[in-house]
Amino acid sequence: MSLFSRRDFLHSLALFGVSAPLLRRALAQVPPTRTLVTIFLRGGVDGLSMVQPIGDPKLAALRAGLIAKGPALDSFFCLHPALSALAPLYQRQQLAVIHAVGQARPSRSHFDAQDFLESGLAGQRGHDGYLNRALQQLGPAEGQPFRVVALQNSLPMSLSGEAPALALPSLADFKVPGGSLGVATFDSLYEEAVDQALRSTGHDAFEGVEQTGALAALAPKNGASYPKSPLGKRLQDLARLVHGGVGLRLAATEATGFDTHLAQGAESGTLANRLKDLGECLAAFAADLGPRLDEVTVLTLTEFGRTARENGTRGTDHGTASAMFVLGGGVRGGRVVSDWPGLDDAHLFEKRDLAVTTDVRAVLAEALEHSLQVRGVFPDFTPAKLGLF
Amino acid sequence: MSVCLGACATAAPPVPAKVAPSVRLPEGVPLDVTHLLNRAAFGPSPADVERVQRLGVAAWLDEQLAPGVDPKVEHRLSGFKTLQLTVAQAYEAYPPPKQRLKELGIDPALAKTDEAVKEQVKALRKDEKDTLPRELLIEATQAKLHRVIQSQRQLEEVLVDFWFNHFNVSAEKGRTRWMVTAFEREAIRPYVLGRFRDLLGATAKHPAMLMYLDNWQSVRDGFEPKGKQKDKLPHGLNENYARELLELHTLGVDAGYTQLDVREAARALTGWSLEREKSGEFGKFLFRAQAHDTGPKRIFGLEVPAGGGQSDGEALLDFVARHPATAHHLALQLCQRFVGDEPPAALVDRVAAEFLRTDGDLRATVRTIFESREFWSPEAMASKTKTPLEFVASAVRAVGQLDEVQQPLAQVLERMGMAQYRCGPPTGYSDLARPWVSAGALVTRINFGLQLAAGRVRGVDVALPPAGSAPAATIDAVSLRVLGRLPSAQTRGVIEHALRARAEETGDEQTTTANPQLIAGLLLGSPEFQKQ
Repeated sequence: MSLFSRRDFLHSLALFGVSAPLLRRALAQVPPTRTLVTIFLRGGVDGLSMVQPIGDPKLAALRAGLIAKGPALDSFFCLHPALSALAPLYQRQQLAVIHAVGQARPSRSHFDAQDFLESGLAGQRGHDGYLNRALQQLGPAEGQPFRVVALQNSLPMSLSGEAPALALPSLADFKVPGGSLGVATFDSLYEEAVDQALRSTGHDAFEGVEQTGALAALAPKNGASYPKSPLGKRLQDLARLVHGGVGLRLAATEATGFDTHLAQGAESGTLANRLKDLGECLAAFAADLGPRLDEVTVLTLTEFGRTARENGTRGTDHGTASAMFVLGGGVRGGRVVSDWPGLDDAHLFEKRDLAVTTDVRAVLAEALEHSLQVRGVFPDFTPAKLGLF
Repeated sequence: MSVCLGACATAAPPVPAKVAPSVRLPEGVPLDVTHLLNRAAFGPSPADVERVQRLGVAAWLDEQLAPGVDPKVEHRLSGFKTLQLTVAQAYEAYPPPKQRLKELGIDPALAKTDEAVKEQVKALRKDEKDTLPRELLIEATQAKLHRVIQSQRQLEEVLVDFWFNHFNVSAEKGRTRWMVTAFEREAIRPYVLGRFRDLLGATAKHPAMLMYLDNWQSVRDGFEPKGKQKDKLPHGLNENYARELLELHTLGVDAGYTQLDVREAARALTGWSLEREKSGEFGKFLFRAQAHDTGPKRIFGLEVPAGGGQSDGEALLDFVARHPATAHHLALQLCQRFVGDEPPAALVDRVAAEFLRTDGDLRATVRTIFESREFWSPEAMASKTKTPLEFVASAVRAVGQLDEVQQPLAQVLERMGMAQYRCGPPTGYSDLARPWVSAGALVTRINFGLQLAAGRVRGVDVALPPAGSAPAATIDAVSLRVLGRLPSAQTRGVIEHALRARAEETGDEQTTTANPQLIAGLLLGSPEFQKQ
């Protein structure tokens, strides 16, 4: 059976004014399942500023110009003040922090560190990304073009590989004119494409176009208000897909601007602006989802942390361990999960960076198992049990 | 200010001493003009197809590899206000809004809080909207599109795009906004057919690079700035440029250097800085001897003795520019651009050898690629996926003439994730297919193609072959124009079917079944047109 018959069927339903939820049920019996959302904070987030170890006696001497105390998380850690939107989620135990987390074989090159992390192979580039390997285990996604979505301009390395995945900048952009010179003709042209990547990408594109129309205009629920930033728009679109029940299991998006070599700032400044956006976006997403947040787990990732010491230009250089947030779906929140290494010279990695005591793959492995019931996407790696969920 | 045309736009290029010999093409391989123009140009345009056919492939390549200017394009761009400005002139004529307020005695802090001042500022911004810094980027992007679409110096434009991307700087970072236009004009364009060492040196000393990768602020350990601004001045080493110099610009990440080599390289480059805004010569290269680390350095086998100054950095650039790892890294990237995402290793080795043999003569290096059998092989043809820039430029070149670049044309690149002069990471944009093949990107390309062919992209005049006697003949004629070849039987069949269905819907059989614009719109969005 070709695509056409299914699509024609959908068109005829739409003509009779059948609503989106009905269409959805007609499409497939999508079981209520969990969704994993990863947000890659590109540039290397200064974890020591994002979640500050104010109880560490060495902190003040290392970076007097970068400390800004915000809401306390426990007797040792506090949030950056620009992240205060996250404090209520932490208090409601919907948010956990993981600190001194990073890669087993770190690199201080953005491009290496991002690729290593997204490959999930510790110090190597692979042919596919760890999220794609998770998808491969989920089996074929026929009829669910939105089972996985990268809400950004292009597919990140973590999602590239054999399993098809969809990248789109926004839901609103995702349409092709209908009629005989529109989507049906392109569908036929791409069905015969010689280039395999174009053929499967075309297939996903035209399936997806069918489903997004009504969702793109859905207003935020529960009075949620998103910052008008790229991340805000992307998370709002992700919430729409969750509300639309299109079978979203895995989503990836990203935010940039965390490479703060210069004039990083404390209460205010470059980093504070970026963190404020992140905190408000996450808080809005949680509010928008409401009770559905139980079905969604959000992780923030970054390629590396930054130097423990302030550099010569009132910023920080590329470092090693950083911090992560885990929000929503069944997380045992309200705590900072960390085997704190200490900031004295003897414990700094190469005498300059916060050392890694938690392998980021252990966090990812638990989130993948909890959300997707998928195991073993990190070859030659036995994750330590963190008990995040 | 004067606008500089013709010879003075190319006054600086160091031309290798000997006259380049004529390109020697491999024998016994079909010389496919569409393939040539897809790689050595931004796709076939009717005028360039005609020119290659008239001159022959070797003579056309000779012409492209020789220095020259396209007077028509230069004339077209002479009306632009910002393309020839120095960094200091650009900064003076298009000042940051906050600074403009200070000049007028308005406290920028009040502009946020005081309603009356807010109104005053709003009115001012409206009056002076043509001197806002964003004009610099708008003009730079428009000029870029003019050149890649219209210039007869197509290979030079491909190389300018390649090398700018190789030495990427982004207008999004601080004062770099006032520098990207000058960077392309002063540090990239004059050298793309010259020597790599000169290109490397020009980028290393250009304010855009010094600013974008922070080296202007990198000073020796223990340096204490003096004067009343001292708290605002840098104190300490910044490794950012040194790292990207080794990883991206020269040796490549797998060359085997260590974190210590990066640090030693950064020490060698301490003091490489620039004149500040108030100096009257903003952006001019400046070596700050007091900030330079004069100790000995050892960088990946290079010994730099103690007591040096600016020469330490020059010695480092000499060393990395001629290193075999650099030759291999650059050869691989050039072959990925011109031949395929996974180019044959033997070709990469030959191109690297030519680079080393000629002491980094980029004309000879590029010529080696066009002289290879691998370039003309069936495996290379239509094997690469177009980047968004290549897609947009080749689409406009195929269907018509660019009259004027208006914002929608510039913005479509941004929507496709390839905003010009604003690529944040120092890697630049990828030349490979993977990052650009996504459902979202495909939908954007399809929509752009339909709008372009229908004449709905402002500034582009569409001129397609006329409708023929039968739909199939029209499809073939338009396909020859758009794809540079006849369509596959399947594509022809799908389009014929679509046109018939359309004619039935509209009842207007005559015009619809053979409408060249409809056909071109479908072809621009087809999988064949996404390849090159």
